[in-house]
Amino acid sequence: MSLQSAIESGKFAISCEFGPLKGTETHEIKENIEVLKGKVDAANVTDQQSSVMRLSGLVTAALCVQGGLEPIFQMTCRDRNRIALQSDLLGAWVMGIKNVLALTGDLPALGDHPQAKGVFDLDSVTLLSAITRLNEGFDMSGNALTGKPSFFAGAVVKVESNTEASEELQIAKMQKKIAAGAKFFQTQAVYDPVSFEKFMKRVEKFNVPVMVGIIPLKNAGFAKFMNANVAGIRVPDDQIQKIAAAAKEDREKVGLEMAAVLIKKMKPMCQGVHIMAIGWEKKVPQIMAMAGL
Amino acid sequence: MILSEQKPLEEIQAYLEKDKSVFILGCNGCAQSSGSGGPKQVAEMKDKLTAAGKIVTGTKVIDFLCSKALVKSGLRGRVDQVAAADSVLVLTCGIGIQAVAASINKIVYPGCNTVNMGGTRGEWEGSERCNECGQCLLFHTGGVCPITACTKSLVSGACGGANKGKCEISKDRDCGWELIYNRLKAKGQLNRLADMIKPLDHKKIMPRPEMMSTPLYALENIAKPPAPPAPPAKPANTVKEVKA
Repeated sequence: MSLQSAIESGKFAISCEFGPLKGTETHEIKENIEVLKGKVDAANVTDQQSSVMRLSGLVTAALCVQGGLEPIFQMTCRDRNRIALQSDLLGAWVMGIKNVLALTGDLPALGDHPQAKGVFDLDSVTLLSAITRLNEGFDMSGNALTGKPSFFAGAVVKVESNTEASEELQIAKMQKKIAAGAKFFQTQAVYDPVSFEKFMKRVEKFNVPVMVGIIPLKNAGFAKFMNANVAGIRVPDDQIQKIAAAAKEDREKVGLEMAAVLIKKMKPMCQGVHIMAIGWEKKVPQIMAMAGL
Repeated sequence: MILSEQKPLEEIQAYLEKDKSVFILGCNGCAQSSGSGGPKQVAEMKDKLTAAGKIVTGTKVIDFLCSKALVKSGLRGRVDQVAAADSVLVLTCGIGIQAVAASINKIVYPGCNTVNMGGTRGEWEGSERCNECGQCLLFHTGGVCPITACTKSLVSGACGGANKGKCEISKDRDCGWELIYNRLKAKGQLNRLADMIKPLDHKKIMPRPEMMSTPLYALENIAKPPAPPAPPAKPANTVKEVKA
């Protein structure tokens, strides 16, 4: 079932994500495709994640299509102006890519080419407007297309904010993204079902499907690093203690089980799950089985 | 020296649509020499807005609106007139508009676009910055510039990168959009967060040839190229408002 039909039919949608490597070696991508196809509804392909230069996400997403795994093509506004973004979108459709996740993107200064110029000609909202316009058969300047795409566009939102301004700005921007054409949302990783429930109550009236973000914990250091450095992620202390207390040989199993428990708790509150396994992509089917998906 | 030009009257009127009264501020510095906000243009703007049915509670032209100290001392005798107005229209560069918005507890609207000078910059100490985009957006953002205050120059709102109010680029740098949110909240204008702003028009960032002539302060007399026909007036940059 495609992601769009899964979401539109009300089935609990499942996505995961992986990033291309730096270089021309594609065996890892092909292995991931073999493990994940037929299991998840779709897989996000990241776009030079964290501003680190890698193999093109567009090409990787096309490899997914060829291999039988439906991709969600992540598109950031960091590296391309509106001409290149629209051109790559048309190219993506021609290669059989149906889902696009519109993102603003990280600053180049945070990646491995800090000297690069950040483009940001568009942002996540104006990119969604451009996708909507292409779906209608026109480019951003109003010129008619010869053959038009029909993308299923999504966007992201963070659940945890640590200032009033940040929380309100997230909600205001979510509304703009919906107005610009976002049909589904994936969230930043959530570890606190109580926060998530509050967030979902607040956005319920927008009537747009939300897929809760899950990152399985690998160890306590990993959790503490995310708490200190990743905006929008808050791992509660009891979960850090639980993974820290696990014996080294059990740690992986405990981390996967904790992810499965979070999915079970939050499944009734939302319309899908987005599992960001960060190196554990091949274990996604195991997490799904543990969560009863 | 900063070069500015007045926004089309239609755009200014759209900003003032819901306001009955307005106070007009001009600047005797660069805006006067740009011909966009000196005593002559402030008097003309008063006549235009009065003719359009607005009550102009007062006007004032201050030497250097980019200095918050001069803004406050310059308005000392006009406190009642400013208080009586629904909003303050400022005819000057982006720095001056931001300095006024930061100095007074009133909704402040930009009356001018600040245009690119092809690389040359004036110098001023202060936290307000203007990138001379030629399409001033300060109406939408509480008088805090999203192009210069946001590291990514985002026009649609905050990215997900802010942590405890600081930008992901540095713990010493405020999130520009959180500054915008806090200003809008303080001025009772949070509804502006729903404004859908179009991507910047990069054509407007480079100066037009007729704007490249020497300003008033120059000693030499350089012939100006003939002015081309006036461009058609365009409405404000807003596409539509999102209803919650």
